[in-house]
Amino acid sequence: MEQVGQRKIDGLWLTVVGIAVLFFLILPTLIVIPMSFSGASFLEFPPTSFSFRWYAAYFTSPEWMSATKTSLIAAVMTTAIATPLGSLCAYGLHCSAPRIRNIAQIFVIMPIVVPVILIAVGVFSLYAKLGLNYTLTGIVIAHTALALPFVIVTVMSGLQNYDFDQELAARSLGASRAYALWTITVPQVKFSIQTGAFLAFITSLDEVVISMLVSGGDNATITRRMFNSLRDQLDPTIAAISTCLIFVSISALVIISIFNRNQKNKDQL
Amino acid sequence: MSSTAQSLPIEISSLCKAYGPIKALDDVSLNIAAGEFLTLLGPSGSGKTTLLMALAGFVRPDGGSIRFGDQEMIATPPHKRGLGMVFQSYALFPFMTVAENVAYPLKIRGVSKSDQKTRVERVLDTVELGGYGDRRITQLSGGQRQRVALARAMVFEPRIILMDEPLSALDKKLREHMQIELKALHQKLDATVVYVTHDQREALTMSDRIAVVNHGRIEQIDTPERLYRQPHSFFVADFIGESISLPVTVANDTAQLGGRVLKSDLAIAPGSGGHRLVIRPELLEVMSGPVPENANDFSGRVNDIIYQGDSVLVIVEHKSVGMINVRVPANRAGQTGLPSKGEQIGLALHPEDTIIVPEQVS
Ligand SMILES: Nc1ncnc2c1ncn2[C@@H]1O[C@H](COP(=O)(O)OP(=O)(O)OP(=O)(O)O)[C@@H](O)[C@H]1O
Ligand SMILES: [Mg+2]
Repeated sequence: MEQVGQRKIDGLWLTVVGIAVLFFLILPTLIVIPMSFSGASFLEFPPTSFSFRWYAAYFTSPEWMSATKTSLIAAVMTTAIATPLGSLCAYGLHCSAPRIRNIAQIFVIMPIVVPVILIAVGVFSLYAKLGLNYTLTGIVIAHTALALPFVIVTVMSGLQNYDFDQELAARSLGASRAYALWTITVPQVKFSIQTGAFLAFITSLDEVVISMLVSGGDNATITRRMFNSLRDQLDPTIAAISTCLIFVSISALVIISIFNRNQKNKDQL
Repeated sequence: MSSTAQSLPIEISSLCKAYGPIKALDDVSLNIAAGEFLTLLGPSGSGKTTLLMALAGFVRPDGGSIRFGDQEMIATPPHKRGLGMVFQSYALFPFMTVAENVAYPLKIRGVSKSDQKTRVERVLDTVELGGYGDRRITQLSGGQRQRVALARAMVFEPRIILMDEPLSALDKKLREHMQIELKALHQKLDATVVYVTHDQREALTMSDRIAVVNHGRIEQIDTPERLYRQPHSFFVADFIGESISLPVTVANDTAQLGGRVLKSDLAIAPGSGGHRLVIRPELLEVMSGPVPENANDFSGRVNDIIYQGDSVLVIVEHKSVGMINVRVPANRAGQTGLPSKGEQIGLALHPEDTIIVPEQVS
């Protein structure tokens, strides 16, 4: 009896700590939402009045809109390039000998481990030679390099749970390797690919450090502009933009999980 | 099945494949007749799967040749080899129905929708899964999945079918049932079958011929009966069936055990590393009288008697070679009466059953 009681107390402890951790993780994110609806002309919490004026300021400003467009285009293009490229890379690694795979994995993880500021400096100096600084192409290439590891790692873990004999079976039944990959393997790691795509999109959309150095002028990303604006004046427009970004990220996440849920239901029928 | 296709012979010569220091295939040569059911039998890691995968085109050999009929296949990609293949894991596509799985090879070959339907239905009937077309793979039992894999591998009437331990995931009873069914199915199909297993009983049950594989080499290729009665090496004798073995000395084609000449009708296969006498428990005869002149005498004292249902195992202690097992069918034991513990009995090993093998084939 005593033990059961002890376990209950332990359980309570865990719950309390768990909730506290969640709270501290989410709070800074959530605090920005009420601030964005403030009527005051400076960032204040809690807000004393309510208005949409900072949303209006955001959506009517040509500079903010241009930066938003740059960021969205960069994120979409990064996703469009990193997803197929990373998926194929994961497939290739999955098929190669364990020794090669292990070595390659170190290189794949590298961009995640190396401090981004180092990558940013490197990319900036290289782009200076290539004339890619302040161009959309430059941003997309750099963001793709950052996003690739996420796609590769998620798709590789998806492939781990997939019975690869199925692809061999398809090929023995007459399918070329590409056709077998497309009709048998891809449908079964679809969720991993979608998750990878989502991570690639968010990686690009959220990226600040490289964008600070490499983007600019007409091709400044929204994160760069936000950062600069924070430095100049504390403008609640930032809160409104942040709220929009949170909304976009969460929507993408929700869409992905709905996709996944439908897929699972279909498989269980 | 109606058949425009004809089964093809397979000719494998000097096939080699090394994984680092491991020779998975060590100069393998093997001819398989058209329409034959050939089994690759061997212990784990002996190279059976590697050989099968080389036939299928998934393993690229370091050297050698593979011919289907009169066509060299070594450079042909897997999807152009026209083989039906059944995997150990079945490798069914879980997101497709049974019918979609079976129709997959037909779809690739551009067969019309209506033709697909009739052929899928016919082949599902053949494997006794008529009416299961709309089921999901996850709704099937192990045995049913096995049948779907089989149906999918034969629906396009391949002339060669490869199977890698297709029954190993099934329980014993179902496995034995499927062995008989597969064999019957092979007689209906016009296809050459190459079958992999490490279960010697399964190999003996199903095969026209068995190739015993060891360390990437083929130790012996023969009919089940010859393999059992006339093994060429100690490895084969030991791997197939039950046996005990005793070292013997061989000179001038006669073998001696403890100074006595062994009478044998069977040729002693060439080899190295000394020779062994192989005694199978069911080939020894318990004599009621004295052991005849022309047989080898292994008489001794009964040490123990073990009842095993279909047979009785009598353990006899021979004064110079030690313990020898003798298997007596249960019904015969019932008729003639069993010896009792401690009793001295006559044991004869007849010359036609006296198997003497080299430790290693040359
Ligand atoms: N891809 C590979 N890389 C390295 N070694 C391999 C590879 N495939 C097989 N081998 C080695 O080659 C040898 C033969 O393997 P194979 O899979 O053909 O054996 P098998 O007879 O099918 O065994 P089992 O009955 O366990 O399936 C083994 O020693 C195995 O470790
Ligand atoms: Mg194997």
